[in-house]
Amino acid sequence: MDFAFNEDQLELKRQARAWLAERYPLDREWDAAQDDRWAELAELGWLGVSVAEDEGGVGLGFLEEAILLEELGYALYPGPYLGTIGFALAALGPEDRTAVAAGNAKWSAEVNGLVPWLRSVDKVVDMDGNAQDARGEELVSVDPSRPLGRLERGSGTPLPGPRDVPRARAAMAAEAVGIAQRVLELGIEHAKTREQFGKPIGVYQAVSHQLADTYADVELARSLAYWAAWCVAEDDEQAPVAAAAAKAFTAEAAVRACERSIQVHGGTGFTWEHPLHRFYKRALWLEGFGSRPSELRLEVADAVLGVPVGV
Amino acid sequence: MDLRDTQEEAAFRAELRGWLEANLPGERRGGRGGAQRFDDAFGREWSRKLYDGGYAGLTWPKEYGGAGAPYSFQAIFYEEMARAQAPGHVGVIGLGMAGPTIMAHGTDEQKQAHLSKILSAEEIWCQGFSEPGAGSDLAAARTSAERRGDVYVVNGQKVWSSFAQLADFCILVTLSDPDAKRYQGLTYLIVDMHSPGVEVRPLRQITGEAEFNEIFFNDVQVPVSNRLGEEGEGWQVAMTTLLHERGTLGFALTAALDVSVGKLLEIARERVNGDAGTRERVAAEWIELQALRYTNYRALGTLQRTGIPGPEGSAIKLRWSEQNQRLTKLGRELLGADGILDDGWWHHQQLRSRGNTIEAGTSEVLRNIVAERVLGLPRSR
Repeated sequence: MDFAFNEDQLELKRQARAWLAERYPLDREWDAAQDDRWAELAELGWLGVSVAEDEGGVGLGFLEEAILLEELGYALYPGPYLGTIGFALAALGPEDRTAVAAGNAKWSAEVNGLVPWLRSVDKVVDMDGNAQDARGEELVSVDPSRPLGRLERGSGTPLPGPRDVPRARAAMAAEAVGIAQRVLELGIEHAKTREQFGKPIGVYQAVSHQLADTYADVELARSLAYWAAWCVAEDDEQAPVAAAAAKAFTAEAAVRACERSIQVHGGTGFTWEHPLHRFYKRALWLEGFGSRPSELRLEVADAVLGVPVGV
Repeated sequence: MDLRDTQEEAAFRAELRGWLEANLPGERRGGRGGAQRFDDAFGREWSRKLYDGGYAGLTWPKEYGGAGAPYSFQAIFYEEMARAQAPGHVGVIGLGMAGPTIMAHGTDEQKQAHLSKILSAEEIWCQGFSEPGAGSDLAAARTSAERRGDVYVVNGQKVWSSFAQLADFCILVTLSDPDAKRYQGLTYLIVDMHSPGVEVRPLRQITGEAEFNEIFFNDVQVPVSNRLGEEGEGWQVAMTTLLHERGTLGFALTAALDVSVGKLLEIARERVNGDAGTRERVAAEWIELQALRYTNYRALGTLQRTGIPGPEGSAIKLRWSEQNQRLTKLGRELLGADGILDDGWWHHQQLRSRGNTIEAGTSEVLRNIVAERVLGLPRSR
């Protein structure tokens, strides 16, 4: 047993962190439209990570995609990577996969009647597993950098692969861990530098213990997210229960991490100018999209207790 | 990353599983822990069996009687022990704390004298750190050690000492120089618990049992050759002990939790059918257990690569203790009126769990450790 990333995977993580930090800094123009730099993502190979080499991809797997998703969450990346890679890719055939890897097609999926990025993607995997053109009504999203819409269905084209729910959930879990890690770091930085009563506020246990609790939350969340990612990557039989557990736990951990970080930041954390609310809204989006944590826990209960009789 | 056993790991797991099947009598499985596991001769006998089977001190070097096995074998050992609901080795303090400290700071004579006897349970050890006036604040220890020629004369009182009623030796933190600056006047001694002047008085806990004790030292003579490290360097030696207490604990804790969650699932299957709220709470405990389990694996991955447990491990004891309190309360709640029957397993577990957030570093101290050493926040004192 070896539950650690290898050197290549760690290097990918470092590179992603650096590349995203430069292009998606905390002091970006948040309220302006953000460039998703899709062609650059294709060039980096991020869009073809798990696509086979003879189909124009890199030939790696979901673990590497989860690493990227975590970093995209950490940077609060606005584009439809989660939709294309996390939600749609498993359903696609070879031609569509090649188009994705080349950066020529953006995808999303319909989940509980909602389609993220409906206006900015080309195609959508609908609830029945068919490909649809991306058109329909745009709705208001709690996270403006992650818009939602309602699909206007055409006849659709059947897709060869499955709607891979564990994969989608594991992808969201990875992103949630990135969000939680980032707001923890923001909270630590603030607690080290902000002084009150002549001392950095991090000396006060009422402040530092909130951050310690967030740390514990983030580490446990990370363990579940990586476990789920490994199960999905290896097509392990535990993938469904691991992904349900991971999505429930990580989304709630991310929301709590944001709430504690806002509290630690005091009034500053409550302002529009400070980026914390952007992370908070992404965490709330992740918690609410697809199945809620309570529904996921009931799925886990069915798996570990058995389905209740006569209910 | 590969969560499957390697060939060697799978072979070790299979061999251990077979060994437990052959050597552990059925009626000795699923005990409730606490004082019960130590008060009969079976404890030492079983520990000796583990030693003879090669399962005590798996990661210890062979020259000290260990197996020199990789850390992953230790993890598998805990998993399989939990699976068989097997009682643990009685030498908890010796294996987890005294032994590693002697390996790090001991003389050759001390290593020869004690290490293999710790593994074989010929020597049971206890820990003399906490005092009535020095709990979380270990540097405030006042038990004195006065040098007189070849001996230290020890006077004072220690408290919350598990296994002291059985122990042959004690790892003792003393104040040898009351005039020294804080952290600099402490000396770490190995004390023979059968020495004249040592008196052990059991402390009864809220469970009714006496797992731990007070130890009184009245003019106890300890040979200078029993000192671990230099005079005045007791603080550094004690930190080694505590690092091991918190560093190697994770898998053992999770293994115990695994048994409890298993029992929780059992009663939930029997007594909860369609009550979604309760099913959700049970599932939440199962999820938290997996989170702890895989955090252990991550810490193990770091340990295997660097020789030092990863920082993520520092969250484990904190979260384990809180989970054990929550889930034992839930288990008892699910039993309804049966949950207040006084000899019940859940009743005992729930009461015992209140100590989990206090023993081996209170949750408050652990949060300070995370804040200061892991997150790099300024010291609070």
